[in-house]
Amino acid sequence: MNYILNPWPWYVSGPLISLVMALLLYFGKTFGMSSNLKTMCTIAGAGKVSNFFKLNWKEQSWNLTVVLGAIIGGFIATQFLSNESITDLNPTTITELKQLGFENAGATLVPSEMYNLEAITSTKGLLLLIIGGLLVGFGTRYANGCTSGHAITGLSSLQKSSLIAVIGFFIGGLIMTNFILPLIFSL
Amino acid sequence: MKYLKFLLVGILFGVVLVKSEAVSWYRIYEMFRFQSFHMYGIIGTAIASGILFLQLSKKFNLKNSEKTNITVPKKENGFVQYIVGGTIFGLGWALIGACPGPLYIILGTGVYSMIIVIAAAVLGTFIYGVIKDKLPH
Repeated sequence: MNYILNPWPWYVSGPLISLVMALLLYFGKTFGMSSNLKTMCTIAGAGKVSNFFKLNWKEQSWNLTVVLGAIIGGFIATQFLSNESITDLNPTTITELKQLGFENAGATLVPSEMYNLEAITSTKGLLLLIIGGLLVGFGTRYANGCTSGHAITGLSSLQKSSLIAVIGFFIGGLIMTNFILPLIFSL
Repeated sequence: MKYLKFLLVGILFGVVLVKSEAVSWYRIYEMFRFQSFHMYGIIGTAIASGILFLQLSKKFNLKNSEKTNITVPKKENGFVQYIVGGTIFGLGWALIGACPGPLYIILGTGVYSMIIVIAAAVLGTFIYGVIKDKLPH
């Protein structure tokens, strides 16, 4: 049982993620989570503003069902399949984050310094979440895919476009973590 | 019934991403600081087993449940949209600590403030749709 309740090692997790991709392909669909953001725009009526959103969203309802499942999966994993173990981070990471003002690194999935009620009711905290969300939503649609569509599905099918996109993901991620986050949190 | 299988796949996806800690903000930070192999191991083995699955599907002509060949749709050729769009997404990924799948999964774990990020991400997608013809692709 401890094998289930403890965090799963990478060599178990990686193949299970590709199982998700394989199951969706078997059902005649493609693994791509950012498409749901576009579908939500369509449902909200964005087709009146741009032809980009003019599509029959009912054809995407399978993918919205995956989203619903993902929410339930997150709930099940934390409520029933976890113990008190905390993320086994590199001690250097923990020290660095402490210097940036992040206490208890790894005790939760996301830092309370960004996601708790106090953070989201401060101007800076709220702005960070909004800017981050805008970057994710805009960037994934511009690049026509995210981690599931490009990094997992695109690279598994050896597509050059996906390799370029994943290189972009890393350029952006490295800039944010190494240069911008230290600026944001030392202010 | 038609949708039950997708619900179950979603649940599997959510459970795996929580248990693997791939939805941990701290794991994403650690990855971009090159301080741990964990995330590289997950992404690496996911891609390696994905390649194996797709190559075997091709070799043995595996059919999907609709009796056609298992294929992955080809992304359009291009450069600017992938590198620039990818970089913009990467900035958001490292700030938020979540990509579009984990946004919902983390919400499911009880982090309700993720709704703000999801709403902003929908807005970001909308902004792209409105100005896309003015952007280089």
